Amino acid sequence: MVPAVVPEAVSAVGSAVGSAVGSGEGADRGRGVSGVSSPAALAALLDAHAYLAGEGLATACFLALKMGRPLFLEGEAGVGKTELAKTLAAVLGAPLIRLQCYEGLDAAQALYDWDFARQLLHLKAAEATGATGAAEAARLEGELYDRRFLIARPLLRALETRPAVLLVDEIDRADDEFEAFLLEVLSDFSISIPELGTVRAAEPPVVVVTSNRTRDVHDALKRRCLYHWLEHPPFEREVAILLRRLPACSEALAAQVAAAAGRLRSAGLVKPPGVAETLDWAGALLTLGARDHLDPGLAAATLGALLKYREDQQTVLANGLLRHA
Amino acid sequence: MVGFARTLRAAGVPADHERTQAMLEAAVHLGAADREAVYWAGRLTMCAGPDDLPRYDRCFAAYFGGDRPGPGRPAPVVTVVRHTLAPDGDGSSGDASREALAATAGRTEVLRHRDVARMTPAELAEVHRMIGLLRARREPRRSRRFAPSTRGRLDPRRTMRETLRRGGEIARLRRRSRRVRPRRVVLLVDVSGSMAPYADTLLRFAHALVRCEPRATEVFSVGTRLTRVTPALRHRDPGAAMREVSAAVPDWRGGTRLGEELKRFLDSGSTARGAIVVIASDGWERGDPSLLGRQMARLSRLAHRVVWANPHKGHEGYEPLTGGMRAALPYVGAFVAGHSLAAFEELAERLSHA
Repeated sequence: MVPAVVPEAVSAVGSAVGSAVGSGEGADRGRGVSGVSSPAALAALLDAHAYLAGEGLATACFLALKMGRPLFLEGEAGVGKTELAKTLAAVLGAPLIRLQCYEGLDAAQALYDWDFARQLLHLKAAEATGATGAAEAARLEGELYDRRFLIARPLLRALETRPAVLLVDEIDRADDEFEAFLLEVLSDFSISIPELGTVRAAEPPVVVVTSNRTRDVHDALKRRCLYHWLEHPPFEREVAILLRRLPACSEALAAQVAAAAGRLRSAGLVKPPGVAETLDWAGALLTLGARDHLDPGLAAATLGALLKYREDQQTVLANGLLRHA
Repeated sequence: MVGFARTLRAAGVPADHERTQAMLEAAVHLGAADREAVYWAGRLTMCAGPDDLPRYDRCFAAYFGGDRPGPGRPAPVVTVVRHTLAPDGDGSSGDASREALAATAGRTEVLRHRDVARMTPAELAEVHRMIGLLRARREPRRSRRFAPSTRGRLDPRRTMRETLRRGGEIARLRRRSRRVRPRRVVLLVDVSGSMAPYADTLLRFAHALVRCEPRATEVFSVGTRLTRVTPALRHRDPGAAMREVSAAVPDWRGGTRLGEELKRFLDSGSTARGAIVVIASDGWERGDPSLLGRQMARLSRLAHRVVWANPHKGHEGYEPLTGGMRAALPYVGAFVAGHSLAAFEELAERLSHA
């Protein structure tokens, strides 16, 4: 980064950016979870927000909070990576700031951008009121790089908000150049804006990075993070998740739905259902009036909530995989 | 723990110094007293991908004893026997005189169309050297990203910046255009028993492609299990790269389950999306040909182009009669040979212009 800190620019922006500029030592990373002393305690907190985390995931979250490192989550689509970030935000009482990655995402869309239209308007307004003289021009120029002309994109917003949970979703979709850039932001939690100065997070946000492994993420980025591979939940936990999320669901139905989902995951489908799909499916079944058992007719009618490929639906119906084993 | 890190490194887990430090820190936070804490502290900090997890579990069990790791399948230990190539055929690599060069050129011309399976080690070495010189530069495709340019669309950001610098006077319009990048090539090399005479040469071809476009080439070996060998092939020296590949590939000269492997490849993400996918195989499928057919259908919908290189295609009178080959052919964009230097040159050429 270019440490182009112009003193007066910093002071000009000081009031707007507030405590985010300057002081970088967020000594205690307690952020409302200082009472959390173990992974189990954190798991209980997540549980209270209806997210049932396994031992590994709870440990990963616990360490991410204690060590101030980003959490890098990989796993099949629909195992609850994004949901975890949302729940963490709820647990910490912090806003969730989401950066959805896509091919071609660049710094201006992730960090900040100048509001050129407003800057130009400001110039025109100054012109119309007849600003003259060198001193006047210098003042005007300084004003153009005022904080009010800066549009904060997710990364800058995450550094300025305390506390905050930053979700960098599907990093594998962004170009690899973007990773290098993200690495820079995540390693010192500061951004230098040439015209304005360095913005440093008073308290680094909790960062969750997710990837669906459509390509390899660079090792340098992973090294900064705690790495966790999320599996589909085991049968008992999936039942528990269904019961927690869908209070109307009976235990018997939840067990049958989870069992069916488990069977489908080992049936070699194009897209095996994730927890998200199982929840959708159970929801659809409940809406159609399913009570305490998985009615084959209803199951077939709601299959679209669970399986999103025609080939898969045909395979499942042909092999009778929905029937209670 | 430093000793543990060394064990992990030997097993191929990226347990470098930085990660070891992170593990120590994590262990302190978790209260390093029990095994569970140490297990997770290490797993969360040392691993970098799902492939690392079973290796990590094995190392943990071996180093700390007991069997905490549950479903980790022990990887089959495969001893890879490979013939070493003589450095040079006649051993007269002394002075490179003009005659020797001419002789080499003539010999290469003869070798160009010969089947690599019927070559002496010396001839093979010669061909491998030639393959090392192959260049398959790809025709670039436009990306979604913009870069400053002298022509193209207006770049409001840079124009505005310039304008402000000049006190509100629009002096020059700045432009930007789409950046270009080469199209990705994904190569799946069959390393099963029936492909043994060709696998080595095919991997050298893969090495040449990776060397040429390191960021736009992916190589997998296919046999009874899919293995990503791109990192091993990044090695500059072909010999070293081949050694790393043989260490990485567990199913050398085994059977073929193309359908299943292809399914795993397609399930693992969309490496194939928009890429030119080359399958180098003789199509001897031990598994269910209809599964292979279905996966090929998926692949043909995902990939920009599917090329099948079959070494036997170059032989006179070859008919694609095997079940696997017949199931796959309807979804193949180009069916080419892959048995000689000339065939590889042609394939490289095809990849440059696809």
